[in-house]
Amino acid sequence: MITLGAACLILAFAVAIYAGVAALVGTRGDRRYVDSARRGVYAFAVLLTICVVIVEAAFVRTDLSLQVVADHSSTTTPAFYRLTAMWSSQEGSLLLWAWVLSLTSSAVLFATRNKHREITPWATAVLMGLGTFFTGLMLFAASPFARLDPVPPEGVGLEPLLRHPAMAIHPPMLYTGYVFFAIPFAFAIGALITRRLDASWIRSTRRFALIAWLCLGVGILLGARWSYSELGWGGYWGWDPVENASLMPWLVGTAFLHSIMVQERRGMLKVWNVSLICATFSLALLGTFLVRSGILDSIHAFGESTVGAPLLALIGLVVVGSTLLIVSRTADLRSEKRIDSLVSREAIFLVNNLLLVGLAVVIFWGTFFPLISEVFTWDKTSLAAPWFDRYTTPLAILLVLFTGIGPLFAWRRVSLGSAKRLLARPAIAAAAVTGLLAAFTDARSHPLALVMFGFAAFTLAALLQEFARGAAAYRSLSGGSYGRALMALFARNRRRYGGYVVHAGLAILLIAVAASSSFQTSRDLRLRPGESAVVDNYKITYEKPTAEIDPPEQRLTFGSVLAVTKNGKPYATLYPSRNYYSGVGAPTGGGPIRSFFEGEATSEVGRRTTVGGDLWTSMIPDLGPMNHLIASADNRLERIGRGIKPGDVQAQQAFGALQGLAVRKIEQRYLADPPPANFRVNVNPLVTWIWVGGAIAVIGGLVAIWPAPEARRRRVSDVYAARLARDLGRA
Amino acid sequence: MAVGLIYTSFSASSEAKQPSDLVNAGSGGSYEMTGVVVPGSIRHRGSELDFKMADRAGSATSIPVRYHGEIPDPFRAGREVIIRGSVANGTFMAERDSLITKCPSKYATQAQQDPQHVIITN
Repeated sequence: MITLGAACLILAFAVAIYAGVAALVGTRGDRRYVDSARRGVYAFAVLLTICVVIVEAAFVRTDLSLQVVADHSSTTTPAFYRLTAMWSSQEGSLLLWAWVLSLTSSAVLFATRNKHREITPWATAVLMGLGTFFTGLMLFAASPFARLDPVPPEGVGLEPLLRHPAMAIHPPMLYTGYVFFAIPFAFAIGALITRRLDASWIRSTRRFALIAWLCLGVGILLGARWSYSELGWGGYWGWDPVENASLMPWLVGTAFLHSIMVQERRGMLKVWNVSLICATFSLALLGTFLVRSGILDSIHAFGESTVGAPLLALIGLVVVGSTLLIVSRTADLRSEKRIDSLVSREAIFLVNNLLLVGLAVVIFWGTFFPLISEVFTWDKTSLAAPWFDRYTTPLAILLVLFTGIGPLFAWRRVSLGSAKRLLARPAIAAAAVTGLLAAFTDARSHPLALVMFGFAAFTLAALLQEFARGAAAYRSLSGGSYGRALMALFARNRRRYGGYVVHAGLAILLIAVAASSSFQTSRDLRLRPGESAVVDNYKITYEKPTAEIDPPEQRLTFGSVLAVTKNGKPYATLYPSRNYYSGVGAPTGGGPIRSFFEGEATSEVGRRTTVGGDLWTSMIPDLGPMNHLIASADNRLERIGRGIKPGDVQAQQAFGALQGLAVRKIEQRYLADPPPANFRVNVNPLVTWIWVGGAIAVIGGLVAIWPAPEARRRRVSDVYAARLARDLGRA
Repeated sequence: MAVGLIYTSFSASSEAKQPSDLVNAGSGGSYEMTGVVVPGSIRHRGSELDFKMADRAGSATSIPVRYHGEIPDPFRAGREVIIRGSVANGTFMAERDSLITKCPSKYATQAQQDPQHVIITN
């Protein structure tokens, strides 16, 4: 099986080269080569699918003769997470990248097989160039089919932190997002080379751009969710380079999705659009690269990853190549029209675009500042969260405001009178919300947050007004209830109204971000069983410790029962705990029992979620009082361990079981004479609405992506019209 | 904005150092230190966390660190961490909640199996 997989990978590499070359030959006009290249792409997809199935099967069976399985999974890894362990590895994530690329390339080439005769061969060549690159990377640098000899008795296991449902789907979502941006990118390159720079390439690929944008957004949300509920620090965003790497292409991709509407409608912003998609894809590659290399820690860490240098070379090629191409085509990229008025939808779109790109530039600068400063001052310095907040907060606030204004204005121009009329109600809503919050809450203390609430209220009110206006217009034409009118609006123009739902979701999300970051209370408590402490309106009592051993997962859990009262009334019982895992990772020094307690551990937070916010608790038991117990167990075990010959598997297992008994002893002692524990208690107002807003935005995105029946029909007639025109031209 | 961006980034940034750069540093200064947690050095003392950090490249010199606040789950011996603070009498006094660990995807490739590990039986 493994041999078959390795063979399929080599074949896939060869097929990708063939399809790329055939497509290039086909650019001269011989359709046979183009068709053959397209079939080559299908074959590429089939071959990579076989590779993925074989690697996944090896993970499910825990075939430890495969290096990637032994390094990232084990027999004690739960069955579901064995399936997802593939993409925690470098080899597996490269395979995932290439596989998604092969599938989406096949999909787009199938959909456009009778369209864009000039553009598709070039797009095919670009996509298969990427395919060649990533399969080549696997073949020569990080093969998922590398074998281990001798076969180890047990694998390393999936990192316990990654054993979380959000983390199971987060990487595929991110990668799908990154890879799908390759489609509009490849078509943009094709359009640039052939100088076919009308909006037709955009129409054929914008759904792929939307899917990319949505998947990337879902990936980012899941990452934030995982960080919030699993990582034990209580935050959802930390401006970590890896987080920033996923946010940058999303921001620039968002700008792209908006500005292509201007090109479709008005034939403007052509240079801007091709630049945006090239930037988005470069940032997507950069995202892949940042996760897989140590570049941001130091320039010197560069050699650590085998795939870093080739990936950087590819990014360089994409950036330089597309820049040169765009510059050489400036004459063809001239706008067909100009912006008529600053009070028009396209003008607002342009402002929003600049804000989004501005955000990406700030984040890029901050993320790469360690490298920048090393170049200029020879001293490596870095920027922390406050620096990022300082710039991203005002930009995000303005973005929310313009998100509200954009949909209100019509294309081309709006008279000042009607602009005033359109803006009046949302402005009143914003003023009312701001006034009420300033009068009755402590929102005054955070002016920026207050402005954010006001602008978000403006945007939500503007969206409501748009829905009401649309529904009223529909009803005056065909009658019916408001509910039916709303449904009809969505059915008629999914992209537009789906987009509005996305706006509403993101406005809610940003309200929640502003509230939870500005008004959070965070306290560290140190409690013995029976003791209590007060945080805000909550009184928290550490009632008793708990302990549990889970042999299948090789896990010991020390937990606590926290009784919480709010304003004197019973409010919740929370169970924060800490899990210690055995058999995952290298020894930490100081004997096997010390290694167990200082080794792989995760926090399970205890949380009570309400509409108003979360009460969030985590605990770390203080094992200091048990140090002597751990040390004496290690001493005794060390004496026994000396007698075991290396390679005597049976004796080693018996020794391991003896250690297990020692751990059980410590567990009993922990319950009998519980030490104090350190608790972190956070009161996070409105934090739930981050996930609610995110979910609303995702639903809106799905609505926008879903093909409308009319659109489907129209597309068929487009093809028909194109054929007819061609035949007429021949005659 | 570009000027502000450049100016504030150079003034707001703290110097990124390795433990060996700070072992002999005088008291004071605000640093961001990147290094590896020395195995066997982690001690919880009440709500305080004490440990030692050494250079990533692996050197004999290490600096003691005193820290309060949230401990991210990925923190453990042998892992790379980033921490902010100042130096006082040869000890790195970290700011509250300044301990950062890397995204797990970073060290997934470095994992190794300990041949003699605890086996929990039924």
